[in-house]
Order: sequence, then C-alpha cells, then structure tokens
Amino acid sequence: MNPDAPSFQELILRLHAFWARQGCVILQPYDVEMGAGTFHPATTLRALGPKPWRAAYVQPSRRPTDGRYGENPNRLQHYYQYQVIMKPSPEDAQALLLASYREVGLDPLRHDFRFVEDDWESPTLGAWGLGWEVWCDGMEVGQFTYFQQVGGIPVTFPSFEMTYGLERLAMYVQDRENVYDLDFNGAGVSYGDVFLRAEREYSAYNFEFADTAMLSRHFADAEQECAALLDRKLALPAYDQCIKASHLFNLLDARGVISVTERASYIGRVRTLAKGCCEAWVAGEG
Amino acid sequence: MADLFIELFSEEIPARMQRSAAAELERAVMAAFGALLPAGVETFFGPRRIALSAQVAAEVAASSSTERGPRTSAPEQALTGFLRKHNASREQLRQEGDYWVLEKSAAAVSAAALIAGAMPGLLRRFPWPKSMRWGGSSSFVWVRPLRRIVCLLDGAVVPFDLRDGADDGHGLASGNLTEGHRFHAPGAFAVSGVTEWRERLTARRVLVDAEHRKQVIAERIAGLATEKGLTVMDDPGLLEEVAGLVEWPVPHLGRIADEHMDLPPEVMQVSMRVNQRYFALRTADGAAAPWFAFVANVQADDGGAAIIAGNERVLRARFADARHFWDLDRKTRLDSRVPALDAVTFQAKLGSQGDRVRRLVRLAETIAPLVGAEPADAARAAWLAKADLVSGMVGEFPELQGVMGRYYALHDREPAAVADAVRDHYAPRGPAEAAPASPVSIAVALADKLDQLTGFFAIGEKPTGSGDPYALRRAALGVIRIIRENGLRLHLRHLLSAAGADEATGQAVFAFIIERLIVQLRAEGARHDVLSAVFQAADDDDLSRLLVRTDAVSTLLQTTDGADLLAAYRRAANILRIEDRKDGPHTGPVDAALLHEVPESGLAAALESVGHVTALLAQEDFAGAMALTSRLRVPLDLFFEKVTVNATDPELRRNRLRLLNQVRSVMDQIADFSRIEG
Repeated sequence: MNPDAPSFQELILRLHAFWARQGCVILQPYDVEMGAGTFHPATTLRALGPKPWRAAYVQPSRRPTDGRYGENPNRLQHYYQYQVIMKPSPEDAQALLLASYREVGLDPLRHDFRFVEDDWESPTLGAWGLGWEVWCDGMEVGQFTYFQQVGGIPVTFPSFEMTYGLERLAMYVQDRENVYDLDFNGAGVSYGDVFLRAEREYSAYNFEFADTAMLSRHFADAEQECAALLDRKLALPAYDQCIKASHLFNLLDARGVISVTERASYIGRVRTLAKGCCEAWVAGEG
Repeated sequence: MADLFIELFSEEIPARMQRSAAAELERAVMAAFGALLPAGVETFFGPRRIALSAQVAAEVAASSSTERGPRTSAPEQALTGFLRKHNASREQLRQEGDYWVLEKSAAAVSAAALIAGAMPGLLRRFPWPKSMRWGGSSSFVWVRPLRRIVCLLDGAVVPFDLRDGADDGHGLASGNLTEGHRFHAPGAFAVSGVTEWRERLTARRVLVDAEHRKQVIAERIAGLATEKGLTVMDDPGLLEEVAGLVEWPVPHLGRIADEHMDLPPEVMQVSMRVNQRYFALRTADGAAAPWFAFVANVQADDGGAAIIAGNERVLRARFADARHFWDLDRKTRLDSRVPALDAVTFQAKLGSQGDRVRRLVRLAETIAPLVGAEPADAARAAWLAKADLVSGMVGEFPELQGVMGRYYALHDREPAAVADAVRDHYAPRGPAEAAPASPVSIAVALADKLDQLTGFFAIGEKPTGSGDPYALRRAALGVIRIIRENGLRLHLRHLLSAAGADEATGQAVFAFIIERLIVQLRAEGARHDVLSAVFQAADDDDLSRLLVRTDAVSTLLQTTDGADLLAAYRRAANILRIEDRKDGPHTGPVDAALLHEVPESGLAAALESVGHVTALLAQEDFAGAMALTSRLRVPLDLFFEKVTVNATDPELRRNRLRLLNQVRSVMDQIADFSRIEG
C-alpha cells in the first residue's frame, strides 16, 4: 500500500476538483440503474445538438453478468465510473486527461502512459466514436472517445468523452490486488466494508432469483411507456424508460434466458427507443 | 531540384494503420506532384506522425499545345461544350480549315505554388480506413485529430491552409513546427528539412524511423534475455505492432510468478500477446521461461521500476483470472458438458449447439471411412468438439475455442487423435492456418464445414456480394483446402446429402464450393478458366479429380500443339455455330465414301485413333487423354488449309460438317474449350 495514495473517496474528490477547474458542471449520479456512465442523459442526450456542454460525474454502473458473489478480486456487478464529457472536444483533451492522472498521483515520467486504438460502439445506443484505451504500465485506466454518432444521429460537434474505471484506478494508485481491500475513506473503512454484502446479494439476485417473467413484462412496459412519452415529445422522461429497458435486458441476459437471436432483437428494440429519445431531444433543443 | 519535406502530426494513429498510411502518402504525392518528378522519396511513420521527404523539380516548365474542336459548321452548343470542357474562352480559338482549334498554353508553375495548391485536396481525400471529425464544425476528417502540418521546400514553408469556404479547417495551416516526445520534450520547435527533423527529434526522444525502432526493440530485448540466459520467441507481427506504439522504445523484462507457469502456453499467449503486447521468452532448452519482455515509451527516472512492477501486476491479475477458469474447468469432464449445449443457440432456425453436435456425430461417422479414420473416434471427437464452448475459459477467451477442448479432452484421457480433432476441427480458419492432416481431424473438420454450409444454405442465408456474416466463404474454402492438401477422393454431392441437404440445397452448396474453387485458383494465378471449362465438360463432384484434369488441360495448353489445337477447335466451333443455324445440327455418322480429299480422310482416321480418349478419361489417365487428343492438331490444321467445308455439293458439305462436329464432340469430353480464354 502506497501511504501517500488517495483513498477511494479522495480520488473522486480530486477528479471533481480538477474537472470543475476545466469548466465542467459537476453532476451527481443519475437515479436510474444503468450499465455505463455513457447512458446518463448528461452524456447521451447532451452530446447532440449545437450547444456547448461540459460535465463530469460519478455514475454507478451495473453489469449483472459480471457479478462473482464477492469472490473475485477484480470483478463487480456494481462499480463506479467517472465520466467526463466536453462538447466540442477541446484541442488539449489528451493533455487534460494526462493532467488528471497526475492529480491522482500517476506521474507520466515515472509511469508508461499510452493511447492504444479502441473504437467505441454502443449498439443499444446507436452510438459510435473513435479513440483509445488509455494504458498506464500495461493496464487500461480509462477509455477516451471522440463521439461521432449518438442515437443514430451524427453529432453536430464531436464531444470528448472520458471514462475512468474508478475501482481499477484506485487499486492501481493504492497498490491493492483485491478491490475489497481498497481504502475507502482514509479512516479505516474498506471498499469491502461498504460493498461486499451487496455484491453477494445482488449476484444471487442477478443470476438466480430475478423473476424473468416479471422482467420481461417490465421490459415491455418500459418500451410501451417510452413510445407513449415520445408521442408527447417528452424526451427526458421517455429516455428514463429507455435506460430502464436497457437495464432490464441486462438482467434477463444475466439470467441466461436470452438466446443469440433474441439478443439481437432486444438490442434492436432498445436502440429504437434510444433513437426516438435522441430525435425528440434534438427537436426540443431547437 | 528542391528538397520537399512533409510531416502530418496528429494524436495517436492506430499501429496497424501507420505503415499503409505512409505508403498512401507517397502514392498521393506521386500522383499530385508527378509533374515535379519527385525522386528519392523516403517515408516515415510512427504513433503520432507520418512524414515524407523527396527531391522535386523547382518548377513545371511552361508548355503549349493545341486541341482540335468542333467543326465551324457545328451547332453553337457543341462549341460551348468544348470551351467549357477545356475551361477556355472564345478568344483562344482560331479557325483551321473547317475546324475550330484551341491554343492552350500553360505558364511555368513553381513547385511551391503547385504543392500549395494540391496539398489541401490531397489531405482532404486521404484514404484512412476509418476517419473522424473533432472539435468545432469543420468537416475535415483525419484518423484522429490532426494537430500540425509541416510542409517545407528547401527549408521554406509552403503556405496553405485547410479552410474551405465557411469551413475553418480546424484552423490548420502549414508551418515549420513539430513536437517531440509527449512527456520527455513537450512543446513545439521549428525544423528546416528532413535531416534536421530527424536529428532534433532524436534529441527529443523520438525515433522517426520505424525500422530503426524495430531494430532497437529486437536488439535490446534480445540483450536483456541473454543476460538471463533466455531467448526471445520470434514474432514479427508483434514487433511491428509494438514499434507502432512507441516513439522512444525502452524495453524491460518482467517476471511471471512461478505458480502460473503451468498454464497452457496458448492461454498465456492470449493474455500476453493479444491483451498486453508482451513478448514470450524461452529457456535454453526451449521451454517457456518465467519472464516476459515488453516495451515502454518512456525513460523513467527510477530506471523503470514502477513500470515493471505495474506490468507484472497486470499480468498477474490476468493470469489469476485464467488460472481460476483452468482449475475450475478441469473439475468437469468434457463429455458431461455436452448436454449444456442444448441451451446454447447455434442459430435460431438451425437449433442449438446440441442439435449441431448430434448432426456432426452422424456426419463425421459417415466421412470417417472415406478418409481412413476410425468411425468411432470421429464420432467421439464430433461429440466433444463443441463442449468447450460452455467452459469458463472459452467464455472468457473465445479465441481459445478448440484449443481448450483439446486440453480438457487430454485431461479426461480421451485418445490423442480425438483430442487433436477437437482442437483442429475448426481449421483452417484463414490462409495462415494449416488444414488438418490426420484422419480423425479431417473427418470432423469436413463435417463441421459441410453442416455449416448445408444448414445456412437451407435457410436461405447465402453470402451476398457485401456480406458473409456466417463466414460461409471461409467454410467452403476450408472444404477445398482440406480436400486438396490431403489429396482426398470424395464425392461432395454424396457428402452434402449425408449432411442433410435436399437436392436443391446440395446443388446450391456444391455450385458455391466450385465458385470458391475458381476464385481460389484465380488468386493463385492458375488457369481458373480451364477449371470452368473442365467442369462444364465433366460435372464432377470429386474435386481432386477435377483439379488433376484441369492441370492436364492447362499443361496441354502451354504447349504449341495445345495452343494450335485450341485455335483449330475454335475455328471448327465457329463454323458449326454458323452452319448449324442454317440447317443444323450436323450430328450423325460420317460417310467414309464421301471423304474425297486426303486431308479429309486423314482427319477421319485421326478421329478414329483418338476414339479411346473416352476410355482414358474414364480411367483418369488425363495426361494420356491429352497426349492422344493433341494428335488431332496436325490433321485438323491440314484439313482447314486444304478443304473447303462449305462445298457446293450439299452432300459433301454435310459430311464435312459432321466431321467437324465429331472433332468438337471428342474435345468437349475433355473440357468446354469455348470457355477457355487467351
């Protein structure tokens, strides 16, 4: 353990302070379950249209299939992403990013930072962009993307999007090999103290006990509600239903009840919702 | 001559695109500046830049030429169109006879002016495999954001920018500024030409020459390995990629924890090479060494201690993940995983992987005796072939399918031939992979591909011009390679029917395989037209025999006799085509009594002696059949030289046409020579 390393919460506070200085609004997590910080309307919707936008926030990301009942030191079904979006992408995006790593204690003259090709695509959001995995000493510590299309709509101004996997980054700067050993607050509380029980219980729920018939019904409900709200041109409430549908699909997937072909059809259905929400959002932006 | 230097400095270019981008830059420069006769072209490529230097002429000399236009009597529109086409005005025209003539003159153009004019278009049209927009509203795209353009002629900036109407082109304009290593030498500096550029970048910790970087990496890794008494596994592809990921290569060795050294080498390979771009090392006796080599892009002030510790840690986590699956997977017998395949969809209309395995067992069993395999072994291998798909390791690393199945089969004490077939039944997956060569593997590999082709064709999922989502072309090529490389004698139609194809599907798949065979021969530079011709004559589903026959015909056509015979055949076929239209067909026996002229009876006699070509073909003596057929050449030439086919006497004419018809029939048994080109 590196005694000078920031605790988990200190790491978040330093990133908040850094990105606030870059003119980002610091948002709080969105209150709907989602698989990645990109789904937050502050990224998906705000990436569209001509209005400049800079935001940073932590988003809990739920990946039901990644649950390991708290037994794997590297895998979680619930983890935190730190998400930054800047539209239009600034000239010095790469330099800003590297400066943010310096803030949390990673010196690029002592560590080996690299930008390794990684084309990002989200079939459920109808979105893609080009960018890199950011490597530090051979480890992926973030994903850097220049958005090109969201919700099937080519962006007016490409955004710079950065996603940090906070647990992984913290494990690196604190030199911990087990996520549950992370120092959460610098005052004796570990990550395991906060989350181990949740990982066990949610893994059981995700893999064993989630009621698949109910989830399927909820998926259909969310889909229907989304369409109804889009008829009223209520882009934001409609988009909540789209995020819900996406998460319900992830839960169904974790229960192993979705075949390969059904999978493609579910993804297509969520994409249709996302597309409708993005179109409604752009129309409402005037 | 003047020294041209161009550098395009951007954010990190994907390693796999750098080399071809430099080649594209050279191609584009040669095309756009051809008039300047570029010479001594040298290109450079790396993570953040592609560059080119060349000597070019100082100017394109003045020139004049004339262009004949429309007749003076032609309608006005013709003249307007002509002027528009040449971007000329009426004053440049003079009359010459009945025509308008345009006097075109081009003033001398300086190299700087020509380059400045051409560069924006060249950059806008640059063919990146995938390019992107960034920043503001400019529609100028590049592989990743383009940050600086250096363009110098004898040290002076060739001025241009990327503005285009209202588009600000990201504010990019040519200049003489570039940047060195991102961390060691931040900030811009000026350069005046290629030599200085190279030197000043080296001082700023950027090696601009990829070959130089590769050499540095290879030598230093080898040096580090030698110190430990180890050698580096040769891996040119990885070396090329790594050289594209660093500007200032700093190789290090990292240690692999002993407890992970018993992982299968392929598993270590996936983690190390594919995920981490690490080089594998070997001990003096050729065994895997507990070390790996990697290349950093920075000369760290602690000698790389933190970097090495970090990379070791990453690999430790990856190996710990892999070890978890390796240990867990071996607790379950492979054959007890087979029932779980019923829950894995292969394709909605084609059922589960379990259904597929049951089909493969039957088919592999049928194929086995035809390829010298024990049917029980082939059936067992087919039964186990897909079981590793539901193992933890393959779930995590899909590229290890088959490989893990073999390990688990060996662990379960299955026969070696069965375990090998579990791994090799996917082969060949691409041109670099060998086709399976042992009988059990061949049986299962063929079953796998024939089932795949039959299934997808039966549900109407044939490849289209643009898409082949189920890799059916690869499957067909796999069938072809397995048969060719092992010289197998198989009746494909029979196998397709054993694979469950109805007549229409079997025919469609077979035609598809033949089509791929033709494409393959064309790619090899072989006579694909000969294969088409042979196939037309003998609708044969034994690919090996088809190919031997094709070879025999190709060999014949390479001789003078063969070429002349082909010409004579064409002449005969042409005459028959025309005459048959009048009163054909001219089938039927030749009347010996009407053979008045010597060349006529000569040809008839030759035909007689060639009669047993049919028997030779049946015996598969294709070389013999060709030799025999080539005997027709001399009499046929003589016939055409001396005999008038369209004699005035209708009896004679008919008899001669029948004679030619017999020539054609004999030759058509071998191949449809009308399909042969050249």
